[in-house]
Amino acid sequence: MVDLTQNYFELFELPVSCQPDQQLLARQYRALQRTVHPDRFAADSERQQRLSVQYAAFVNEAFHTLKQPLARAVYLLRLAGREVDMERNTVMDAQFLMAQMELRDEVSELKAQANPEADLERLIKLVDDDNTAYFNQFEQHWQAQELEQAETIVRKMQFMVKLAAELAQLESKLLDDQPLNDE
Amino acid sequence: MAYSDKVIDHYENPRNVGKLDQNSHNVGTGMVGAPACGDVMRLQIQVNDDGVIEDARFKTYGCGSAIASSSLATEWMKGKTLEEAATIKNSDIAEELALPPVKIHCSVLAEDAIRAAIDDYRSKQNHDAAPAA
Repeated sequence: MVDLTQNYFELFELPVSCQPDQQLLARQYRALQRTVHPDRFAADSERQQRLSVQYAAFVNEAFHTLKQPLARAVYLLRLAGREVDMERNTVMDAQFLMAQMELRDEVSELKAQANPEADLERLIKLVDDDNTAYFNQFEQHWQAQELEQAETIVRKMQFMVKLAAELAQLESKLLDDQPLNDE
Repeated sequence: MAYSDKVIDHYENPRNVGKLDQNSHNVGTGMVGAPACGDVMRLQIQVNDDGVIEDARFKTYGCGSAIASSSLATEWMKGKTLEEAATIKNSDIAEELALPPVKIHCSVLAEDAIRAAIDDYRSKQNHDAAPAA
């Protein structure tokens, strides 16, 4: 039914690339999901049911990995034989960290503002643009097979994605009229 | 996962939060980041003529364990010589704060920050001591 040894691109019958066709990915995902959904095997043997749970989990994991740019980048490096070790703490490029520190300072100042909307929008756009720029850099290094440089970009993206998530959370609080500074 | 009382204490009452003048001759700055969680830590030391750390400051954007680890690090560094401070190990920090295994990397981050601050201070001294070209 599902070959668990396939890589995620093969699973969805997509060419290996930095920018897989997202519509096609979603369509292939839904089709596969229907064939492996555990509900379809409710009447089958216990072994068959267990397998279908495993297949469904594999298909989900594959979909989410190819959908999100950062997870996709990490996966592309793995396919290229380079395992990104995020746990290893690295003293990174000081300039990058300094800029990160400033961005976080801005976010924390923003939380204390009476009308943070404009600044929040500006920061969201800035982080979004940075993320796009980093992903483009990643793609260039990946295509040139410069895996070490590509990995450095992936590490930086990790910080930006975290920041983007925090900003999105602030935005949804704002839309719900909740106080931002509730830590 | 529950935080230990010591982590909560440092998180709620962080010691030595702030900033020293990065450009000062006797200040060393360590910047480190943890890609795994996106945490960023800045740790600074001010060293007197006897090589003793007379002030230490930090600013950390991260989880409670990362904040507590850097807060404790500044507390331990104050009053120590550079050589003594350089011997502070992440395992000592982790033990003192009773960090669970998944949070050990926070204490590693603090140790890296201590190293980076000391290295920065030393490179400033070497640089300034070098004869003018």
